[in-house]
Amino acid sequence: MKSVPDTNAALLQMRGVSKSYGGRKILDRIDLDVAAREKVAIIGPSGSGKTTILRVAIGLVRPDEGTIRIDGAYLWHAETQAGLKPAGERHARKVRRAVGIVFQQFNLFPHMTAIENVREPLVHALGLARGESDARAADLLTQVGLTDHLAKYPAQLSGGQQQRVAIARSLALRPKIMLFDEVTSALDPELVGEVLRVVRELAHASDMSMLIVTHEMAFAADIADRVLMFDQGQIVEEGAPAQVLKAPQNPRTQKFLRALLER
Amino acid sequence: MSGFHWDWAFAWSIVPALAQGVVVTVIATAGGSALAFVLGLIWTFVRVAQIRIVTPAVWFFVQFIRGTPLLIQLYFLFYVLPTWGLSVSAFATGVIGLGLFFSAYTAEIYRAGIEDLPPGQWEAALTLGLPVRRAWTGIILPQAIHAVLPMLGNIVVSMFKQTALLSTITVLELLASGMAIGQMTYRFVEPLTLVGAFYFVVSYLSARALRSLETRDEVRA
Repeated sequence: MKSVPDTNAALLQMRGVSKSYGGRKILDRIDLDVAAREKVAIIGPSGSGKTTILRVAIGLVRPDEGTIRIDGAYLWHAETQAGLKPAGERHARKVRRAVGIVFQQFNLFPHMTAIENVREPLVHALGLARGESDARAADLLTQVGLTDHLAKYPAQLSGGQQQRVAIARSLALRPKIMLFDEVTSALDPELVGEVLRVVRELAHASDMSMLIVTHEMAFAADIADRVLMFDQGQIVEEGAPAQVLKAPQNPRTQKFLRALLER
Repeated sequence: MSGFHWDWAFAWSIVPALAQGVVVTVIATAGGSALAFVLGLIWTFVRVAQIRIVTPAVWFFVQFIRGTPLLIQLYFLFYVLPTWGLSVSAFATGVIGLGLFFSAYTAEIYRAGIEDLPPGQWEAALTLGLPVRRAWTGIILPQAIHAVLPMLGNIVVSMFKQTALLSTITVLELLASGMAIGQMTYRFVEPLTLVGAFYFVVSYLSARALRSLETRDEVRA
């Protein structure tokens, strides 16, 4: 099993992270590191905590226990001379700047065009001037192959195109780590390819770390340095894609992959 | 029985006088609507912000307005406030009364519009680092208000009809104009018919316009 990367290099570091909803443990004392530039894929059955771990990583969900560090900074704690003290939303806002997320349901702003969607964080989070943010937003949309659709509203775009706008938008803040939450699950099958292609190019070309929840095993095998198998809120197996996906050791991983093949 | 006789010449002759009442009615509706839209938004924000004492107080006030007849509120504003040293014109009193009364309903409409937005909109705004203020003004409110525009339109139509109540506090709006003509000429059929017809035509056309607005929206979405 590939060892957890050196702590100092970890861009995302979780220690003992637990989260329960209504008495049900969704995350059970998770330890997780994602190194700089590392691409980590998360697989597992639905309800295993895959989506929750992403929501915890970007601070949409506050864990009941444990610590999360992003590029060295604690997400929900302030470092004082007396040690760690719980901190609130205001503190988390600053720290989560380094994290981007692409949602399963895109979550584009429907009343804004593609370029306005991408411009939104540039103008209002980074405070860039209109001209510069326009140029950068157009660049980002070109990068995801949407040069011809800048002025279209989400409703005028296909699901695949909408998801690519969402990817461009989350790249706008130049996050150090990007989270992908089953970004092709809401798409018609014929639109999955164009989105995976964009993510794949991004994975190969950029220095960003990535944490990718996916059901596309070939895709995971292609881009991931490491695969984590989630089940019942725990990481039950992890390792290189060739190992976890081709020769899983844990019976639960074996069962999960077999079920996927028989689908 | 002369009461059932319809005199076209008389009917035409009173149109200019009634038109002045129309102007008052329309301005009262416009002013009352503007007030109701702004106040309702304020009530909604106070509710969302969860400020101690203020939020429950405002919410009780809103429930109180919803739970009492508009006519009593108008009488209260007109007869009681001046005894407290607050005196404004009858027309202004009417506009304030309409605005306050309907703000209780617009507040509920805004709230529904905000709550019906998918949570993903908030999550996107939050994870893109938008300041809370911008999330409200740029993401949440434009969508919420757009979604409830037809309902806000219905409020305007309701208010338009309720302006007739302002006649009870001496505002010379459309109904009061018609009644004044009746009392001067002892002919009520023509003025009251014209007044009623005007309310009906405007309400009906507005309702139709709102419906087409709604269907056009559905096509776009």
